Amino acid sequence: MDSNVKKRWISLYVENQVGVLSKISGLFSGKSYNLDSLTVGTTEDPTVSRMTIATVSDDETFEQIKKQLNRLVEVIKVIDFTDIFVRMKEILYVKVRKCTQEDKVELFQIAETFKARVIDYGRDSLLLEFVQTATKNDAVIKLMKEEFKNIEVVRGGSVGIESISMMER
Amino acid sequence: MKQISGNKLLVKALKEEGVDTLFGYPGACTIDISDELYKQNDIRVILPRHEQALVHAADAYARTTGKVGVCLVTSGPGATNLVTGLATANYDSVPLVCFTGQVARHLIGNDAFQEVDIVGITRSITKYGVTVRNREDLGRIIKEAFYIAQTGKPGPVLIDLPKDVMAEPGSAEYPKTVNIRGYKPSTGVHIGQLKRAIKMLNKAERPLFLAGGGVNISGANAVFKEVVEKTNVPVVTTVMGRGAVPTNHPLFVGNLGMHGAYAANMAVGECDLLFSIGTRFNDRITGKLHEFAPHAQIVHIDIDTASISRNIHVDVPIVADAKEAITKMNEYVNVCNTKKWLDEIGGWQQEHPLTMKKHAEMGPMDIIREINRQFEEAIVVTDVGQHQMFAAQYTEITEKKKIIMSGGLGTMGYGFPGAIGAKLGNPDTPVIMISGDGGMQMNIQEFATAVLEELPLILCVFNNTYLGMVRQWQKLFYGKRYGMTDLRSGALSRRTNGEEKPEYTPDFIKLAESYGAKGIRVTKKEEIAAAFEEAKKNTKVPTLIEFIIDPEEMVYPMIQPGGTLEDMIMDC
Repeated sequence: MDSNVKKRWISLYVENQVGVLSKISGLFSGKSYNLDSLTVGTTEDPTVSRMTIATVSDDETFEQIKKQLNRLVEVIKVIDFTDIFVRMKEILYVKVRKCTQEDKVELFQIAETFKARVIDYGRDSLLLEFVQTATKNDAVIKLMKEEFKNIEVVRGGSVGIESISMMER
Repeated sequence: MKQISGNKLLVKALKEEGVDTLFGYPGACTIDISDELYKQNDIRVILPRHEQALVHAADAYARTTGKVGVCLVTSGPGATNLVTGLATANYDSVPLVCFTGQVARHLIGNDAFQEVDIVGITRSITKYGVTVRNREDLGRIIKEAFYIAQTGKPGPVLIDLPKDVMAEPGSAEYPKTVNIRGYKPSTGVHIGQLKRAIKMLNKAERPLFLAGGGVNISGANAVFKEVVEKTNVPVVTTVMGRGAVPTNHPLFVGNLGMHGAYAANMAVGECDLLFSIGTRFNDRITGKLHEFAPHAQIVHIDIDTASISRNIHVDVPIVADAKEAITKMNEYVNVCNTKKWLDEIGGWQQEHPLTMKKHAEMGPMDIIREINRQFEEAIVVTDVGQHQMFAAQYTEITEKKKIIMSGGLGTMGYGFPGAIGAKLGNPDTPVIMISGDGGMQMNIQEFATAVLEELPLILCVFNNTYLGMVRQWQKLFYGKRYGMTDLRSGALSRRTNGEEKPEYTPDFIKLAESYGAKGIRVTKKEEIAAAFEEAKKNTKVPTLIEFIIDPEEMVYPMIQPGGTLEDMIMDC
C-alpha cells in the first residue's frame, strides 16, 4: 500500500527468561506484522538477552511495532537501527554435493570473491562459510542456486551492534 | 530466619496488598491454598459457580471499587475457563491478578492430568503472565503482579503456581518495593505539548472534546467537568467514556460511533479540533477511517503510546495519565468562543433527538427512563447486545450513577456475574443489571452465588426471544433471514418449517424462584414502576424482572460497519 515499505532493523534488550521469545514472536504473528528474521543470544549480563529483528514494513507499522515492543514488561530497551551506524553480519553455510572438478574450481573462485572460507572438503563435495551482510548472502544463494543443482543452505539471521561513535574515536 | 510455605506466603502477600475479597474455585492443584485461606478471616472468599463468571465478577469488583480484582482457580480447565474473562479485562484495562494452579514442576510438559500451558495460552490477552519456577521468586513476582496490574494502563496479570513450588518452605518476607527494569509507566505530562494543544483549542472555531474510557478509569471526571465548564467546549464520549461528564450536562452532546447520537456524530464530522482523551479510536467509533473527523486537527492524550497515531493520524500526541493531564490543563485553559458552534450542535440535536420509535406499547427506553427516575444512586451493569446499546444511549450517568460493561471485547455473559462483583464491592449502592435473554443464559448459574451471598441485585432481562443485535443486522443487511438468532428454534420449528414454536425456555420467573430469588414478569408499560418498587423491597435476595420486549425494537441511529455519516440509518 505504501511506497515506504522496506526492510528495517531493530535491536532489542529483553529479560533472559522462559517464554520471552514466544512473547515477541507472538506479538508479530498476533498483530500481523512481518517478521523477516530474528536472532537471539545472551549478553555480557546473563540475565539479559539481545535480539536482532528484521521486519518488512511501512513507516506507520514500524512505529507501531516499536511501541508495541516497548509496552512489553519483558522488553528492557528497543533500539531502532534505521538511522544509526551499525555493524551487521549474518553467517551462511552452503554445502555443495556431486561436484565435478570444474565445479570445485568455480566454488573456490566464488569463495575468494566473496571472502568466504571453504571449511570442509569431500571427494565430490565442499562446505563454504560466508560471514557478510544478509543482502550479500541473498546474492550468494541466488548465484549458487543457478550454478549448482545439489546444494544445502543454512543461514543464521543477522546480528547487529552499533558502531563505535565518532566521539569515542 | 523463619521459613514458611509458598501457600502461606501467598495469603500473607494478599493481606499486605490489602485484598479483602478473593474470587476462587478450588481444585487439586490449589487445595493447599484453599486450606490456608480457610484458616484466616481477613480475606472474604467468594465461590462463584463457574470460573468464567468468577473472573467477570472480579473484573466488575475492580471496575467499581478501583481495587485490584483477585482470582484463584485451579490448573487445566480452571485456568482455561479464565480466558474469556482475561481478554475482557485486558481490552477494557481492568486491573486483575489471577492465580492459577499448576501441576508440580517435574510433571510440566508430561501432559499430566489437568495440565495446560496457561501462560502460553493467555500471552496475548494479559498485560503480564509468568510461571513461578522457584520458591524464592514467589514474593517478588506477586509484588510485581499487583504493581503491573494497577499502574500505567491497567490490565490483568496471571501468575501460574506449580504445586510443589507452593509447598516448598522459603522466606517469609514479602517485598516492600518493586523495580522492574523493563516496566516504567510514564508519569508526568509534557507541558510544551499540552500548551500547544491548548493553544489550538483556543484558536479553534469548532472545538470538541472526545472522552474515552481512560477518563473514567483515571477518575478524572470532576476535574474534566471543570475544564469543560471553563472552556465551554462541548463533549462527546465513547461508550466506555460515558459519564466523563454527567450525561445531563448541557455541554454533553452524546455518544459517538456506530450507535451514537446523530448530533454527536455530526459534531465529530464538522469539528475543526478534536481534543481526545483516553480513547483508542476503535473501529466502532471511527467507522471508515478516512472520513472520520475530516476537517479536524486531532489532539490525543493517552497513557498508552501504542494507542496514539495507530488508527488515525494525530497532530498533537500527549502521553500521559488522563487525570494528570486534565488537572494540568485546568491550570491553563480559558473560555473559548463556542456560542455559534453550540447553536449548530443544538440544531442537530433538535433535528434528530435520540429517541425510539415504538413498535410495542412498552419499549426498552421506557424501562431505562424508569431506572433513571427511580434511582438517585446506582451502578448499572450491562451484558452485550441491543440492551447494552439502549443502556449506553439512555442511562443517565451522574457523580452517583455509573455504568459498566464489556465494551471492547463485547463479552456476552458479563452482565450477571459483573453485577455480583459490583455489589460485593459496593454493598450500599443499588446494583442494576441490564441483560438480554441470550446473555443472561450464558452465566445463569450465578443465581446460586447471588442468593447465597444475599445480594439484593435488580436483574433486568430484556426478553425478545432473539439474539437481538445479530437479528438487527440480519433485518437490515441480510434480508430478514434470522439464522441462528431465534432462541425458540429447535426440533419443533424445524419440523414445522418455522410455523410452530415452543414456549420460551427457560421460564425466567420459575428459574429465579428455584434458586430462592424473586421473579417478576412485566409485559405492560404501567407495570414497570411497580416492578422496581417491588424489587427494592427485597433487601436480601436478588430480584429478576423479565421485560417482554418486541423483537422488532431496533437500536438507532446506526452507522453501518465501516460506514460513514452519510450511511447513518435513523430509523426504518
